[in-house]
Amino acid sequence: MAKGVRPRVKAPRSAEAGEVVVLKTLISHKMESGQRKDSDGNVIPRSIINRFTCEYNGAMVVDVEMHPAISTNPYFEFEATIPEAGDFKFTWYDDDGSVYEETKSVAVG
Amino acid sequence: MKFNAMTAVAALMLAVPGVALAGPDDDKMVINGETEMTTKAPLPAHMEDANMDEIMSGWHFRSDETQALQMDDFDNPGMIFVDAGMDQWNAVEGSEGNSCATCHEGPESMKGVRAVYPKWDEEAGEVQTLAMQINDCRENNMGAEPYKYSGGQMANMEALISLQSRGMPVNVAIDGPAKETWEKGKELYYTRTGQLELSCANCHEDSYGMMIRADHLSQGQINGFPVYRLKNAKLNTVHGRFKGCVRDTRAETYKPGSDAFVALELYVASRGNGLSVEGPSVRN
Repeated sequence: MAKGVRPRVKAPRSAEAGEVVVLKTLISHKMESGQRKDSDGNVIPRSIINRFTCEYNGAMVVDVEMHPAISTNPYFEFEATIPEAGDFKFTWYDDDGSVYEETKSVAVG
Repeated sequence: MKFNAMTAVAALMLAVPGVALAGPDDDKMVINGETEMTTKAPLPAHMEDANMDEIMSGWHFRSDETQALQMDDFDNPGMIFVDAGMDQWNAVEGSEGNSCATCHEGPESMKGVRAVYPKWDEEAGEVQTLAMQINDCRENNMGAEPYKYSGGQMANMEALISLQSRGMPVNVAIDGPAKETWEKGKELYYTRTGQLELSCANCHEDSYGMMIRADHLSQGQINGFPVYRLKNAKLNTVHGRFKGCVRDTRAETYKPGSDAFVALELYVASRGNGLSVEGPSVRN
């Protein structure tokens, strides 16, 4: 697991049925591109988060593939329609095989 | 004919945003929709002779998008470093087996600290900055290695401590034993340096609100430090910024943590007496 990784999510606690809500996600990660060299001229190995997904009650909301040009601490903001009460599940997949997860519950009414 | 008239209208419309860019704006800063911040204040008494009418935060000189980043803690990238500072706060280091939390408990105990630093330290017999105080604690109470004066770990810790005072007015003391250092800082502020022969005041007092090439000159207030800068995507310390500024006048710079910069920090901080502590703020 890369150092200092911490997922953060901002989601509303409740919404009306059918409402479109804004979700903000941020994960602290150095996103080393694999293109840089250290002071001795050796390539610093690539270490990035290569995929991010958000599901709501098992249904996929977004599924993002990431490549080395994404900057450090990747931030995503997107919208989702809330059909009924349930749980958001956010997942980040690291190059080294680590998986970081976060869940947020939304009440309806 | 009609074409000409249209062009004139278009030119006029283009000119309006250009006018709006000159000078600071009048936006209100409210953090997380609840904490109202003082970003403009009357001149502190010691600035009677200064070439300006009021003091204002550098926030007013930034674009609406950058301003918005600072008004929501989730969007503020500086908060990532506050989290890192929290980890450092709880980390046991050094020969004494202490962390910051051992003596100070939660970081809430640091409320009000950022607002009054730099300040006179009776024991040390000198004006101390927040960074000096942090390293003093690390060396003498923890038996740990000091942080690099304007390095990343120091910036994280300063951000954590500044956050506790967010919204409180800056109120550094410039009388009594600190006066001598303050006078030295004032002298530095008004001394022209470098091949370009610029003093701090030439840009930040005489010319704030104007563009210096593509950059919008602020008053050079330091109430928002440590600052997350979009240009280098990390927290920047006061002395790191001073160094960059002096270098831009094409002068040999003083070292971060040097007596000269400590004096300058005290003086510049006193120019912001009355503004809210903003750290960690967001600038470009």
